[in-house]
Amino acid sequence: MSNGGRPMVQIEQVSKRFGNVAAVDDVSLNIAANEFFALLGPSGCGKTTLLRMLAGFEQPTGGRILIDGEDMATVPPNRRPVNMVFQSYAVFPHMTVADNVAYGLKVVGVPAGEIGPRVEQALAMVRLEGFGGRRPDQLSGGQRQRVALARALIKRPKVLLLDEPLSALDRKLREEMQLELVRLQQAVGITFVIVTHDQEEALSMADRIAVMDKGKMLQVAPPQELYEAPNCQMVADFIGKMNLVSGRVTGAEGTRLTIETSGLGTFELDRGYVPKGEVGIAIRPEKIQLLRDKPNGELIAWPGKIAQLAYFGDSSNIYVELESGLRIACTRANQSRQDSVAFKVGDPCWVAWQPGDYLLLDS
Amino acid sequence: MSDRPGPLDYSRKLWLRLWLLAVFVFLYAPIVILVLFSFNDSKRNIVWRGFTLDYYVKAWHNAPLIEAFVNTLVIALIATAISTVIGALVALALWRFRFPVKPLFEGAMALPIVIPEICMGVALMAFFARIGWPTQMPWPLSLASITVGHVAFCFPFVAIVVRARMVGFDRSLEEASKDLGASEWQTFRYITLPYMQPGLIAGGLLAMTLSLDDFVITFFTSGPETLTFPVKVYSMVRFGATPEVNAASTLLIVITIVLTVIAMLLQRPDKELQA
Ligand SMILES: Nc1ncnc2c1ncn2[C@@H]1O[C@H](COP(=O)(O)OP(=O)(O)OP(=O)(O)O)[C@@H](O)[C@H]1O
Ligand SMILES: [Mg+2]
Repeated sequence: MSNGGRPMVQIEQVSKRFGNVAAVDDVSLNIAANEFFALLGPSGCGKTTLLRMLAGFEQPTGGRILIDGEDMATVPPNRRPVNMVFQSYAVFPHMTVADNVAYGLKVVGVPAGEIGPRVEQALAMVRLEGFGGRRPDQLSGGQRQRVALARALIKRPKVLLLDEPLSALDRKLREEMQLELVRLQQAVGITFVIVTHDQEEALSMADRIAVMDKGKMLQVAPPQELYEAPNCQMVADFIGKMNLVSGRVTGAEGTRLTIETSGLGTFELDRGYVPKGEVGIAIRPEKIQLLRDKPNGELIAWPGKIAQLAYFGDSSNIYVELESGLRIACTRANQSRQDSVAFKVGDPCWVAWQPGDYLLLDS
Repeated sequence: MSDRPGPLDYSRKLWLRLWLLAVFVFLYAPIVILVLFSFNDSKRNIVWRGFTLDYYVKAWHNAPLIEAFVNTLVIALIATAISTVIGALVALALWRFRFPVKPLFEGAMALPIVIPEICMGVALMAFFARIGWPTQMPWPLSLASITVGHVAFCFPFVAIVVRARMVGFDRSLEEASKDLGASEWQTFRYITLPYMQPGLIAGGLLAMTLSLDDFVITFFTSGPETLTFPVKVYSMVRFGATPEVNAASTLLIVITIVLTVIAMLLQRPDKELQA
């Protein structure tokens, strides 16, 4: 894009209060042109509210929003260079699919001769060729969703906003549509902002993810960074599974800390900064090795016994109870057909991990 | 499973069929007889004396009756149009906005429905007298007071029907429309109005039938010179029901049915929104 590296969307200290509730609380965020950006967070954290402020359906009570460098404060929804795909799809029930898709062009006076081909093109883009004459009630959920997509994309917006577009679809269709959305975004080169509370969805689709909680922006990072280096316990817990223990910094030599934990003993850790007071120590379950015998080398290892097994087909979650009483979850890929039966509940075992796999989190 | 008949099996029972027949007879026999006896060749109109169209001709030449008939139609059409617009606006206001005195407003709106007609008639009469509404006016204007009275008790019905219709409306449709670039007015015209339309037609029909046969309020709000069909029929029947009254009534029934059919045709789903 030829905007000289300027972010497509600039959200500057935006807040939105409904009475006493701060639905969005002092959020600042830049979204680059052409980015596939995801807003992730638990229910009620303000994702929809933030999206609706971008679309113009809610006015911020503080801060400002710029889209393509233009302040949106006084721009009504119908004049913003953004389009939205609603959670309920909001396909017009009294119009055919083609009329739905053409609507956004008709109302702004695009000549009829131009509309027809563009509708065809938009329907082809979402793979709904030949569905133009149908009514929305003759479509499946996934097809309606694609009508909503085509209807928004035909406007050639600078930013496409999607509010949990896939939440009403069953798992298989959802995964298909995830791939489809990524393909579309690459094909049309539009900035996508998608709201979801499904972390897998966000991780697999987005270039960057913003994690929100209670109206606040906790972390904005690419998927891998978010997963491997969450910046707080809330993010660590929300993205993927996590073994979390609380700890205390008992000594510091520069940034080299001595940390005393409840259940994992005392050890030293250097993460380049000094947190204050209480900290969280976290390890991803899939980083933990499960062994029959004590390993040697520099692995950190603890003895325990198998407390519980949960089989998922492709992987199993195995819960190990350490002698200290701490429960550690570890995930094992079921790589051969016999693997999942290797351990039984009650078996003695060792859990082990690399010292580098510890995550140090502020509480 | 039990041997008890299912809900649809009941229609095979004789007593139920008889009951159904009785209901229909009770509902429709008077109307059928009214229509039949409009063709009766008898002045006193009690026993059937043979077929004739004389009384249609006679009714046609009965200038006061025709005048009353025209008055009624004119009032009904104007009152329906105005009540439909006002009712729809009230319904939209109630549906869309939250404002401090809303419950009060809603109650006040429904008042004309619950107030006994006679009270409303007297109230309107007193009102028109109090503000000095001119009683001597040339023809179409002389119907104004009755029309105002009719609007006053018709529009709440329209409002209630339209409001009920709007309950099922998905607000995000309007937002989607604006999001796609439509103005406030275009959104109303292409999205909200088509959804409202069946409610408007149903409400309008209701208002029309209420206005067509209203007696009490009309009686109190009409000027000394103005007669409407129901009032005129009443005065004629006091001197004995002649087939002439039947003939005029039949015509009114036909007009009502034709209007209803037109409304239903307009309401066909594939006729909606030819944008
Ligand atoms: N119009 C409104 N009036 C009052 N409070 C509102 C309004 N809209 C949202 N809220 C409140 O703002 C907060 C954030 O709501 P929002 O819809 O943005 O959540 P969300 O993150 O989209 O949740 P979900 O995942 O359930 O859709 C909630 O506490 C909600 O109750
Ligand atoms: Mg939401």
